[in-house]
Amino acid sequence: MNPNLKRSRAPIFWLMFGGGGMLSALFGTALVFITGIAAPLGWPYGENLLSYERVLAFSQHWFGKGLLFVLIWLFAYHAMHRIYHSLHDLGIPTGFVAKLVCYGGAFLITVIAAWKLLAIGF
Amino acid sequence: MNHRATMRRGYVRPMQGWWRRDPFFVKYMIREVTAVAVLVYAIILMVGVVRLSQGADAFNGWLAALKTPGSILLHLVLLVSMIVHAKSWFDIMPKTMPLLFVGGHRVEGSTITRAGYLVTIVATVLVLALVWGVRS
Repeated sequence: MNPNLKRSRAPIFWLMFGGGGMLSALFGTALVFITGIAAPLGWPYGENLLSYERVLAFSQHWFGKGLLFVLIWLFAYHAMHRIYHSLHDLGIPTGFVAKLVCYGGAFLITVIAAWKLLAIGF
Repeated sequence: MNHRATMRRGYVRPMQGWWRRDPFFVKYMIREVTAVAVLVYAIILMVGVVRLSQGADAFNGWLAALKTPGSILLHLVLLVSMIVHAKSWFDIMPKTMPLLFVGGHRVEGSTITRAGYLVTIVATVLVLALVWGVRS
């Protein structure tokens, strides 16, 4: 084997795409309904479902914190990877700028989420 | 496109709106565009985390924003997109995953797709029930 051959980084991104795709396929519908429709309308879970105290406690627990991080991280990378690979189909050149915007964007979302989740504390 | 280039190269088939030419391509585009919904939802969650870290007032502002009709409408669009995403994810799953064999027989693509639908429904019901269990 040629030792000069660089190993591709592509599988990492496809893995995050696949993980995020599976996660959002299985849980995306329920999550959007709960946080975006049921909680704001106060139905069927009541008005207090996402109250500050409850969400704070949830995000301070290791499981809640981990869940929030994994959701934001994988959703962001899944979406950006898919958008990046669709750009060509829309006639947008997929050069350095497109890569920077897509993967840089996903990275930024992930880092902000991780930083703030850590700032919230345990 | 440069007019002179067209003259020299003769007819170049225009690619503008290519995906509208075939229902298969339209389906493909709809599937790909659901990624935007996943991105928007990731950003909404991220903003929620940021506001949460800033204290009760900031977080209550985020909750108030979620209650606006515009937000509810957006989430209805996201909800439909998530359902389309989930369906299309398992529709193409037989083509994206390695061949699966059980007892020496290849598992049919339609079986994989239907198993995916079923697991999604079970997962959705499970999450909704779990949240019902911790409602206030």
